[in-house]
Amino acid sequence: MKRYFQYLKEYKWRCIIGTLSKWIEAVLELLVPLVMANIIDVGVNGGGGISYVLWGGALMLAMGAVGFGCALYCQKSASIASQGFGTNVRNALFRHINSLSYRELDKFGSASLVTRTINDVNQMQSAVAMIIRLVVRAPFIAVGSVVLCLILDWQVGLIVTAVAILVGVVLWIIMKKSVPYYARNQKKLDRLAQITNENLEGARVVRAFQSRDKERARFDAAAQDMLDNSLVIGKISAWLNPLTYAIVNFGVAVILLLSGYKVNAGRLSGGDIIAIINYMTQILNAMIVISNLVSLFTKAHASMNRVSEIFDASSSVTDGAETQFDETAPAIEMEEVDFSYAGTDKYSLRGVSLTIPRGATVGVIGGTGSGKTTLVNLFPRLYDATRGRVKVFGRDVREYSLAALRGQFGVVPQNAGLFSGTVRSNLEWGKEGASEEECDRALKVACAYDFVTEKGGLDEPVTEGGKNFSGGQRQRLTIARALVGEPKILILDDSCSALDFATDARLRANIAALRDTTTVLISQRASSIRNADIIYVMEDGRIAGRGKHEELYENCPLYREICDSQARAAE
Amino acid sequence: MKKKGLKRGLTARLLVYVRPYRAFVIGAAVCSLFYVAFVLLGPVLYGWAIDAMIGAGEVDFGKVFSMSAGFALCVLLAFVSQKLLNNFVNALCYKLVRDLRKDAFYSLTAAPVKYADTHAQGDVMARVVNDVDIISDGLLQGVAQLFTGVATILGTLVVMFVINYIIALVVVVLTPLSLFVAAFITRRTFKNFSAQVKVQGRLAAHTKEMLAGQKTVVLFGQEAQSQKKFEQIDAELYEIGWRAQFSSALTNPSTRFVNAVIYAFVGVLGAVFCLQSAGGSLVLGKMVLTGFTTGMLAVFLSYANQYTKPFNEVSNVVTQMQNAYASAARVFEVIDEPAENTQGTRHIEKVRGDIRIEHASFSYDPDQKLIEDLNIDVKAGSKIAIVGPTGCGKTTLINLLMRFYDLKSGSIFVDGVNAKDIPLDEYRRMFGMVLQESFLANETVAWNIAYGSEHATRAEIEAAAKAAYCDFFIGNLEHGYDTVLSSNVSVSQGERQLLCIARVMLSDPPMLILDEATSNIDTMTEMRIQKAFRKIMQGRTSFIVAHRLSTILDADLILVMNKGSVIEQGTHAQLMEKKGFYYNLYNSQFAG
Repeated sequence: MKRYFQYLKEYKWRCIIGTLSKWIEAVLELLVPLVMANIIDVGVNGGGGISYVLWGGALMLAMGAVGFGCALYCQKSASIASQGFGTNVRNALFRHINSLSYRELDKFGSASLVTRTINDVNQMQSAVAMIIRLVVRAPFIAVGSVVLCLILDWQVGLIVTAVAILVGVVLWIIMKKSVPYYARNQKKLDRLAQITNENLEGARVVRAFQSRDKERARFDAAAQDMLDNSLVIGKISAWLNPLTYAIVNFGVAVILLLSGYKVNAGRLSGGDIIAIINYMTQILNAMIVISNLVSLFTKAHASMNRVSEIFDASSSVTDGAETQFDETAPAIEMEEVDFSYAGTDKYSLRGVSLTIPRGATVGVIGGTGSGKTTLVNLFPRLYDATRGRVKVFGRDVREYSLAALRGQFGVVPQNAGLFSGTVRSNLEWGKEGASEEECDRALKVACAYDFVTEKGGLDEPVTEGGKNFSGGQRQRLTIARALVGEPKILILDDSCSALDFATDARLRANIAALRDTTTVLISQRASSIRNADIIYVMEDGRIAGRGKHEELYENCPLYREICDSQARAAE
Repeated sequence: MKKKGLKRGLTARLLVYVRPYRAFVIGAAVCSLFYVAFVLLGPVLYGWAIDAMIGAGEVDFGKVFSMSAGFALCVLLAFVSQKLLNNFVNALCYKLVRDLRKDAFYSLTAAPVKYADTHAQGDVMARVVNDVDIISDGLLQGVAQLFTGVATILGTLVVMFVINYIIALVVVVLTPLSLFVAAFITRRTFKNFSAQVKVQGRLAAHTKEMLAGQKTVVLFGQEAQSQKKFEQIDAELYEIGWRAQFSSALTNPSTRFVNAVIYAFVGVLGAVFCLQSAGGSLVLGKMVLTGFTTGMLAVFLSYANQYTKPFNEVSNVVTQMQNAYASAARVFEVIDEPAENTQGTRHIEKVRGDIRIEHASFSYDPDQKLIEDLNIDVKAGSKIAIVGPTGCGKTTLINLLMRFYDLKSGSIFVDGVNAKDIPLDEYRRMFGMVLQESFLANETVAWNIAYGSEHATRAEIEAAAKAAYCDFFIGNLEHGYDTVLSSNVSVSQGERQLLCIARVMLSDPPMLILDEATSNIDTMTEMRIQKAFRKIMQGRTSFIVAHRLSTILDADLILVMNKGSVIEQGTHAQLMEKKGFYYNLYNSQFAG
C-alpha cells in the first residue's frame, strides 16, 4: 500500500484538512441534539423563556451553517485529491505498462491490462475519496452517539449500545450472505451476454441449422437461472431496511418504558429522551454507511492488489547502448538458442543455430506451434533468448539500444491490426514524419496504393483495428507500415493469408525487388517460399531442415510432405 | 411535444409487460401506503408517551405502557409491510427483466441475418443485458420509490397540519428550499457526469486500442506517443472528473444542511408554542390552538430529521427515469425488429438437389450494384467450385443460396420449386453449411456436433465425429465429448472446422455449401479437412468456395466470379482452353 502514498503526496494538505473539516462537521452534528435537549429542558420546562429558546435556535442554525461550510470544503478536497490520485496512478500504471516487454504482456493479457488500468484504478480512486469523506465521520458519529447516550444515562446508554451492536451484526450477516450471490449474478449476466453474442456472431449457423428454438430454450434457461439467483438476492437484501428499522425502533420502545421510571425518579428529562431518540437514528444511518464502506474497501483492496501485480512486474528486456551497425556482417546469426515462454518449462526453441546473410530472402515453414513466430520474435529482441546468443549485424542484440535495434527491422506480425487515425498516421508508426513520397512508395510495394487512392488517399480515416478495410486490405496496409521506414530487415509473419494468389505473388515480387533488404517470410503455403534463398523447416522448436527448395524436397521428409499435401492439386 | 408522446407510448408498452404481474403492483401499492402510515404514526405514539412523563413523580405509567406498546406494534407493522413491499417490488422487477430480455432475444433470433451483419455486437448486447437492467432500476424500483416518497411527504404534511398547522405551514414554506437544492444538485451533477462519461469513454477507448495492440506499440517503439495521448486525455478527465465528483458529493451535506435549518426552525417554533401553551390552549389573536407539548415537539423533530430524504429520492428517481426511457426505447427497438418471413406453401418430399438460379440480382446497398442477372444451372449431385479474387461476391452467393438475404429480383429453384414458396426452415434444412469462420457455441463438444440434429444419440454423434476425423483430438481433450468449448480450451482453427464438418455429417443434408479455409491451418489438419470434405461431398450437390486447386480440378462446374457476376463458367479444361480470366487467375496462383 505504501507505494501509493507518493501519488497522493501533492494532495497531502488537502487530505488532512479535508478530513479534519469533516470531523468538525461531525462534532457539530453530534452536539445539535444536546442543544435541542437544553432548549426543551431549560428553555421550555426550566423557565429559560423565549430568549433562551431563540438563542438556542440561532446556535443550531450557526452550527448547521459552519458544518455545511466544513463539509463543502471536505467534499471539494476529497474530489480533487482522489481524482488527482487516480490520474497519477493511471498515468504511472500506463507508463509502466509501456515499459514492459512481450514476456510480461503475455503474462497479463491485454484484456486484463485494460480492466486494471480503467476499472481497478477507478475503484482505488473512489476508495481514496471515501476515506477522506467518511472514514472519520461515520465511525465517529456512531461511537460518539453511543458515548453521549451513555453520558446522558448509562442504563439507557447500554440499551443504545446493544442496539448498535445488533444492527452491526445484522448488517454483517446480510452482507456476508448476499456477497456470493452477487458474484454469481455477474456470472449469470455474462452467460446471457455470451449467448446473445453467439447468436449475433453465429447468426448464419443458427439459421442454417434451424436452431432458433434451441437457442431460445438456451437463453430461457439462462434467463430463468438469472431470475432465480436475483430472487434469492432480493430475498436477502429485502431484510436489510425493515430489520434495521425494527431493531432501532424496538430499542426506542424499550427506552421509552425505561424512561418512564427514570423520569419519575427525576433522573432523566423529556429533552434527554428526544436527544437519545435522535442519536438512535444517527447511529443507524452511520452504521449503514460503515457497511457500505466495508464492501467498498474490500473491493478497492482487491483492485489495489491487481494493480500492484502490474507495478511489480518489470521488463525482462534491458536496454543496451550501441547504436552503430556493422553493415558488412551477416544480418542475423543465432548460436545454440533455446527459448521458453514464461510460466512453462516447455521449450519453444531448442538448440537453434543459423546465419542469414545480408540481403537474403529466407523462408520459414512448419506446422502450427512449431516455433516459427517465436524464432523471428527473437531477432528484434521482443523476447530474450533463454540460452544462447542472437546476433544482428555481427553484434549480440543485447548490446544495442532497443530503439536503434528495432529501427533496423520492419515487422509485420500475424493478425496485426491498424490503429484508429488515418492511413497516414498509421504509416507514420513505421517512420515518424514520413513524407508523402515515402508513404506512396511503401503503399505501392505493398500493393495497397490503388485501393488507398480509390478510397480517399493518405488522409482516409482508419477506424479502430482498421475495421473499415477488408482483411486483405488491412494486411497490405500493415505491410506498408513496416516498409515505410525502409527497414534493413523485413519480417513477414504469415502476413499474406487473406490475399488472393495473384496479389500475393505480385507483392512478393515487389519485395524481392527491394535492394539491400534482408527478408524473412513465414508462411503456411509452400508455394510462397519456394523461391527463397534459404528455407528453414521448423518442427517442435528445432530446425528440421534447411536449404533451397530442391535440396529440401530431396532430403527433408517433412518438407516434402508439406509440399505434397498442398500441391497434390497442382499435378 | 413529440417527445412526450414517445414517452407515453413507451409507458403504455411497458405496462403491457407489467400486466401479468398486476397483483404484485397492487400488493406493492397497498404495502407502501401501510408502511408510510405506520412509520408516520409511530412518532405520534411515542410523543404521547413522552407527554405522559411530565416530571419527577408525575409519570402516568398506564399511558406510557400503552403508548410504548402501541409504538412497538406500529414498528412491527411497518416492518412487515416494508418487507412485503420489498418482496413485491423485487419479484416484479426481476420477472419483468426476464420477460423483456426474452422478448428482445427472441426478436434477435427471428430477425434476418442482415440484422446481425449491420449492428455492432457490443451495442446489441448492451441493449439485451444492460439496458433492461436500467429500465428495471429506473422505471420499477424508481416508481416504487417515487410512490413511497410522495406518500411520505404528503403523509408527513398531513400529520403536521393536524397537530399544529402553523409549524406545518413554516415547514411548507421551507420546502421549496429542499426542492431547489435537490434540483440544483441533480442538474449540475447530470451535466458534469455526462461530460465525464464522454471523456472516460475516450480514455477507455484509447486504453483498449493501445493495450490490445501493445505488442505492435512496442514493436514500432510508439510507447511515448501512446503515453502522451493517454496523459492528455487523463488530464482532461481530471478536470471534469473532480467537478463531477464534487457536484455529486454535494448531495449529502446539502441535505444535512437543509435538514438542519428545518430542524432548527421546527425546534424553536415548537419550543415557543410549548411555552405559550403551557398548561392549556394557545391564543394567537383570534386563533386558538390546542395545547402543544414536548411530546408533540418530539414528533415534529423526528419528522424534520427525515424530511428532506424523500425529496432527494424523488429527484434521483426523476433522472433515473429519464435514463430508463432512453433504455426502453433502445430495447423496444430490438423487440420491434421485423422477423424474417418463414412461411411457405410448397414442400419437397424427397430432395434430389437440382438447383437453378434465374436472372438473380442483388446488392446490399441500393446505390451499389453487386450481383446482376446471375444464371446458374446445377444438376443434382454435382460439385460446383466458386473461384475469384477477394470481394468478388462469393460470400454473397452463399448468402443468397441459404436465403440469408432475399434476392432483389429473379429466383432460385430447387428441384423446380421456387425457393420462396418453401417454408424457410424446411428450405435451410436441405443445406449443410461449413463456413470458414467456424462458429461453435460455448457448450460441450457433443452439444455442438448435435447442433441441428435434435434427436441424435451419443453413438451417432461419436460416429459423425469419427467420420469427420475429429476423434483424434476430441480424445485428447480433458473431458472428451463433454468438454465445454470455452476460450481456454485449446482447439485449433482447423480442428474447429473439422467439428463443423462433423456437425453437417450428422444432420445429413442433401446439399452442401462449403467455404474452404485459406490459411493458418497446419498441414496434418489441412489434410484431414480435405479428406473430410471429399467424403461428405459424395452424392450431394455441393457448392465450394475454393482456395485449393485439388478442389477446383475435381469440380463438375467452376463458377468464376468477379465484381459480383459470374464471368466464366465451365470445367477446368474448358476454362483453360478459353484463356480468359480463369486462365490468368490459375497461372498467377502458380507462377510464384
